[in-house]
Amino acid sequence: MTHDEVYAKVSEVLMDALAVDEDEVTPEAPLTGALGAESIDFLDIVFKLEQAFGFKIAQGELFPDNVTQDPEFVQGGKLTPKGLEALRERLPHADFSKLDADPSVAKVGEIFTVSALVRFCESKLQAAG
Amino acid sequence: MRWLWIDRIVHLEAGAKIAAVKNVTSSEDPFGEHFPGQPVMHGSLIIAGMAQTAGILVGHTGQFAETVILAKVSDATLQADARPGDTLLYEAELKSFDTVGASTAGTVSLLSPGADPSQPSEPRRIGSIDLVFSHLDQNRAGAEFPEHNFVFGPSFKMVLEQSGIKTGIEGGIQD
Repeated sequence: MTHDEVYAKVSEVLMDALAVDEDEVTPEAPLTGALGAESIDFLDIVFKLEQAFGFKIAQGELFPDNVTQDPEFVQGGKLTPKGLEALRERLPHADFSKLDADPSVAKVGEIFTVSALVRFCESKLQAAG
Repeated sequence: MRWLWIDRIVHLEAGAKIAAVKNVTSSEDPFGEHFPGQPVMHGSLIIAGMAQTAGILVGHTGQFAETVILAKVSDATLQADARPGDTLLYEAELKSFDTVGASTAGTVSLLSPGADPSQPSEPRRIGSIDLVFSHLDQNRAGAEFPEHNFVFGPSFKMVLEQSGIKTGIEGGIQD
């Protein structure tokens, strides 16, 4: 599957799950900000991606839980260097540029951009051969 | 007592699909206001009926071990009204199921009584409702909920048992 085909499928999933228009789905758009995703939408997105691509996504594989609740990883509303590292390790597909500049917990959602989702799906498809 | 928006489960294929019916009657409370003199079943209650139908399918798939709650109405389209005397047929199939939750796709059909009672009407599809459910026990996020399974309480248990479905749910659970 080409990059454009993966992108088109991911866009379709997001338009369906978040009731957004095609022109709102841009590569840099964060799911929680511009696209208005809430926590339960992530579950919906995971299910829809599985159906669209035919692979299985394990719990926490795409959107990890517990990192932002761990006091070792979060202090004073900001991710500690250890927290950032843990997140980076678990989410190699995510875009950390904004979070590196401002590691506020409130900004964590911004690492989940449309491009990050596309990279995640491409890596899953590659792994499946 | 929880409001039940389904009367009987008429088909259950474990881990795959379910069908339930709801007989709409003129004595139901919401008709007093929706609308006075012109009873029409509120669309949100039709969605509630689908949520109960599909929620039972999700619960049954997990052997009723998890507390299943409706997390999201992904899509709901209804193109006709349900009125007293009609029977609603809810059909749902499981699209995804994992430890965190499940998603279902469903259709709503209407069976309306005709002039000849010996000729039951064919179900007429009036809409579709797709839902996402969360397994509450896996998604507490620090929130406190009752220890007992407050979703699959006695009223659901009654519907399931009257439909001939074994639940394995312990008795004495509070709604």
